[in-house]
Amino acid sequence: MSNDYRRIAKDGIWDNNIVFAQALALCPLLAVTGTASNGLGMGLATTAVMIASGMLISLFRGIITPQVRIPVFVLIIAVLVSLVDMSMNAWVHDLHKVLGLFIPLIVTNCAILGRAESFASRNRVLASIFDGLMMGLGFTLALVVLGAAREILGSGTLFANAALLLGNWASFLELELIPDYKGFLLIILPPGGFLVLGFLLAGKRLLDRALAERRATLATAETAASSH
Amino acid sequence: MGTPQEPQYRKRIGYQAVLLGGFSTLATALLVAGNIATKDAIELRHKEDLLDSLAQVVPHERYDNDLLAHPLQIVDENGKPLSVYRGTVGSAVNALAYEISGQGYAGEIRLIMGLDAEGKILGVRVLSHAETPGLGDKIEVAKNDWILDFNGLSLGDPPEGEWAVKKDGGRFDQFSGATITPRGVVKAIKQGLAFFQIHRTELLNPPAETSETVAAKDQSL
Repeated sequence: MSNDYRRIAKDGIWDNNIVFAQALALCPLLAVTGTASNGLGMGLATTAVMIASGMLISLFRGIITPQVRIPVFVLIIAVLVSLVDMSMNAWVHDLHKVLGLFIPLIVTNCAILGRAESFASRNRVLASIFDGLMMGLGFTLALVVLGAAREILGSGTLFANAALLLGNWASFLELELIPDYKGFLLIILPPGGFLVLGFLLAGKRLLDRALAERRATLATAETAASSH
Repeated sequence: MGTPQEPQYRKRIGYQAVLLGGFSTLATALLVAGNIATKDAIELRHKEDLLDSLAQVVPHERYDNDLLAHPLQIVDENGKPLSVYRGTVGSAVNALAYEISGQGYAGEIRLIMGLDAEGKILGVRVLSHAETPGLGDKIEVAKNDWILDFNGLSLGDPPEGEWAVKKDGGRFDQFSGATITPRGVVKAIKQGLAFFQIHRTELLNPPAETSETVAAKDQSL
């Protein structure tokens, strides 16, 4: 049981990460990751939608027939995104001014429909909620890492405007890493997003390979030890 | 979902229709509820935004009324309706603010401009734009104080020919790597000042005459 949940968590955050492993949702990804704060905001909004859509779709999985499942899933996701859009506009208005343009893009995030189809419609409610949370966190992680890399390279700051997102206590996060930095325009613009993402994907593969190799050597060492 | 033991009734077309209809109804109900819950807050936020930007172009000591209370509705030369926010002291109009827009490198640049009763610029700020970050976005006051150069200017000062960027023989700086953006802004401000010239009497008419009657007169013209 707990093994299942560990599997879901590992899939969502790393092994089957929406961005790093599935390379999905690139449109919202590249559009908002000029800064780490924007990435964090977009990631959290997407996570909220994924949790709620996972829950609702899993709840209704008994009555939804395969023939009409796609329109029903799309309807549920679209309503959730609209609700997130409205509540952000009303209650975190400053962030909404920055991200407002991109919130409707969550609807176009194929990863949400993908999870609805491949997980929530086949699993129990709790597992689906957990899957939504983990997939969302994995996506948030990707957005924040990409946003931070682009922000440092592109404007020499980190978590600029974090206070808009999290409240004034978060202003300690706002760092100016490179004073008097002139900025590196290419990295801020969408092509820079592709470039940085490419390096991150390559980095993840290298890391995975190194880990696999280490595991393999450990395993052979163990079998050698136990055969003694 | 989709197991072989699926009950017969679920295969009927009527079931599918009712299912889809039911979900659509539910979705609509949720959206209506969400709209009701957030409508007032969103309206309030937009009002605060407007007040914020007005406060940047019209100094507080220039008026003692509620700027948002009775905006004057005027249809401009291009047939676009425009709200003019007027600050008064007593019954005299002492400051005005309205939105202007120009064509930038990447679409429309929306600005708000504040003027005193003589048509002198009190301040101009960018409300929204889609210019290139790092190049064209220097029109934002947060990035560069270029936009403050316009303070105190009016249509005759500098003379009309100099209302252009330096590259076009005018007096305003362009940015290295971005000429189209400041050109669009200068043109928009110039048009905004021309709008004041054309509608001067109407704009300075004390608000004792209510905005409705002015709007009615404007339409009969």
